[in-house]
Amino acid sequence: MTAALRFDPIRLPEKCEQLRKEVRAFLAEEIAAGTFDPHQPNREDTDAPEFSRRVGAKGWLGMTWPKKYGGQERSFLERYVVTEEMRVANAPTRRFFVADRQSGPVLLKYAPEHIKMDILPRICRGEICFAIGMSEPNSGSDLFAAKTRATKTDGGYLINGTKIWTSSAHIADYMIAIFRTSPPTKENRRHGLTQFLVKMKQPGIKVNPIGQITGQYEFNEVVFTDYFIPDDHVLGEVDGAWKQATSELAYERSGPERFLETYYVLTELVRAVGPDPDTRSAEGIGRLVAQLHTMRRMSVSVAGMLEAGKEPVVEASIVKDIGTVWEQQLPHRVRDLAAFVEETATNRETLERQLDFAIKTAPKLTIQGGTTEVLRGIIARGLGLR
Amino acid sequence: MAFSDHRAQEEPARRPKGRANGQNTGNAVAESDNIVVETAEKIFADLADPQTINNDKKDSWQAPLWQALSEAGLPLAWVPDDLGGSAASLADGFALLNAAGRFAVAVPLAETMLAGWLLAQAKIASPEGEMTVLPASPKDRVTLDADGALSGRARGVPFAKAAKHFAVLVHSKDGVSIALVDAAKVRIEAGLNVGYDHSDTVTLDRVQPVTIKPAPKGLDQTNLMLMGGVVRSLQIAGALESMLDISVRYSNERVAFEKKISKFQAVQHNLARLAGESAAALAAATSAADAIANAKSFNDEVYLEAASAKIRCAEAAERGGGIAHQVHGAIGFTMEHILHRYSLRALAWRDDFGSESYWAVELGKLVANRGADELWPLVASR
Repeated sequence: MTAALRFDPIRLPEKCEQLRKEVRAFLAEEIAAGTFDPHQPNREDTDAPEFSRRVGAKGWLGMTWPKKYGGQERSFLERYVVTEEMRVANAPTRRFFVADRQSGPVLLKYAPEHIKMDILPRICRGEICFAIGMSEPNSGSDLFAAKTRATKTDGGYLINGTKIWTSSAHIADYMIAIFRTSPPTKENRRHGLTQFLVKMKQPGIKVNPIGQITGQYEFNEVVFTDYFIPDDHVLGEVDGAWKQATSELAYERSGPERFLETYYVLTELVRAVGPDPDTRSAEGIGRLVAQLHTMRRMSVSVAGMLEAGKEPVVEASIVKDIGTVWEQQLPHRVRDLAAFVEETATNRETLERQLDFAIKTAPKLTIQGGTTEVLRGIIARGLGLR
Repeated sequence: MAFSDHRAQEEPARRPKGRANGQNTGNAVAESDNIVVETAEKIFADLADPQTINNDKKDSWQAPLWQALSEAGLPLAWVPDDLGGSAASLADGFALLNAAGRFAVAVPLAETMLAGWLLAQAKIASPEGEMTVLPASPKDRVTLDADGALSGRARGVPFAKAAKHFAVLVHSKDGVSIALVDAAKVRIEAGLNVGYDHSDTVTLDRVQPVTIKPAPKGLDQTNLMLMGGVVRSLQIAGALESMLDISVRYSNERVAFEKKISKFQAVQHNLARLAGESAAALAAATSAADAIANAKSFNDEVYLEAASAKIRCAEAAERGGGIAHQVHGAIGFTMEHILHRYSLRALAWRDDFGSESYWAVELGKLVANRGADELWPLVASR
């Protein structure tokens, strides 16, 4: 067999179910206290610093990290449960989500000890927000075409250039970014990029919000002008960022956030059709639930492989490909099915409002964090086609 | 699944439990460290090679294959030894059927296994030879008359014409019974499914069964359909794995416009989607098999798993099989090529034990009936 894809039927261990109860109870309290409205999905607009600290106080940020950095040394499967419950509840996770999923693990692996001791505990306490500086005006999916320069100077680097589509840069305390320290070589076009820790809210950085078609301002243009980064903020190998990117991608690509982005419209559709649906509604809901269940089982399976120390890069890419296409189509399928919902359904307005938002959100889902085309290229390489 | 207390289910699963031991974390399904699957794969490789079978116009491969499978005890894998079987675990049997799908095996192995399983639920010993189960569709009914005779009609019964006995789920006013019926006593109208395998209409007109016993509490026709659906899901997932395999291989061989077609991005992306469909089918089917193998009853969670597997695998059969044909072009549309052995069977298997449309309606009703706020807890429970 050329393609040994593995999706073992991993089950979440018992301790996850206890944790799930705790997370649900916590979220129910937050909802009752008015922190957020679970029927209001446009959380990207909602910065909730106090909520972030309370999540940190629960021990649910950096929960897989070593205790000496503020972590809990819990499993990735436990983190999975926290992530999916937050996502399904439409909790305002924006302030901590990137730091917890991505930036913290990069720092753990590549930052010098004193920086880890300084920053990781603050992530765990929910105090700081991270952004990711990858795309540039002329390099989006093609990461290795980045041009923003980091020029060596006394004790550090001077940064000049522009990052773009940078989510949360306007509220972020830090960014992990790649900058060009050397030109690419003939043999390796990926050579010459270096990963840096960038302190935001400093002179030399200008953040310009960009309006999105949802009506929100979630991503930004970030302009660097002679911005100074000290030497100890280099993360990993100078000129060698390309070696550091791959393993994190499996985490970024296979989580529950890759198929639950528009999930709320399905819940609301089920509410709207009521306990005794007609055949058309029942069939539509049944198919969507079967597809959802299958994706979640695939996603949990990848989480289990990650927990076991493997790097299921192809499997993770498959989860993101199928998951994002599904969550993109979901609002349109729900709209089809909702077309015959009774005028009297009590949540009709909620459903319509949510559909409006989900339909506007949908186009980005197959673009952010690795486009469908890039993912299929990775899968094709895994199949031995490239 | 504990409808009977037969020994098999108490054996520790030979499947490694996911993580920890570092190697080959196994789903119920993939190759290796499973003696039942290894035995089966060796027999399939020797006697059920798709190319050899495809070249054999006289079907002379069938008898030696069945004999080898029988000698290895595989058709009665799910029957405890005191009832005449080889007492494999449910998990091993499911893994074996996934392997059978990878070879597009066209003898009534899955059907005999299911029949043996059904009979064992009521502590009825399995006879030798080919069997199948009926009904094979959720809407057909066989009923028990007051004088002990069975009547009813079952359509789309796989391999009925090849079967020597039937395991029959029977309805009566006292509940559900399981019966063993001699094939000579029924009327069979032969038919073929789209995969060219027998799919026949079986009519029982006041037939006296060989044996009939009450079904254990909790076993009903829906459970039989779910069990059959999971079997078909595993076979479809296996067929898709092979379709992916031969499509990738073909794309790396076939040259068009002066390069291998695997170098065209459009072809690469199609194959990436086929890999996704194959992966989804495998994940759904093995998850459902694992759920049934470890469950104590057919509760809502098992229902979600089994119904979802059938729905999602059927969708994958259509989408994935379509891509496999597209990659192969005209040669894949010929009888002489083996692709149709997988693609058409995968499509045909969609129809058995309830189609994906049927299960989608039923699952949708279940979800709606539980209510909107119970949907996520149900999904997350798995």
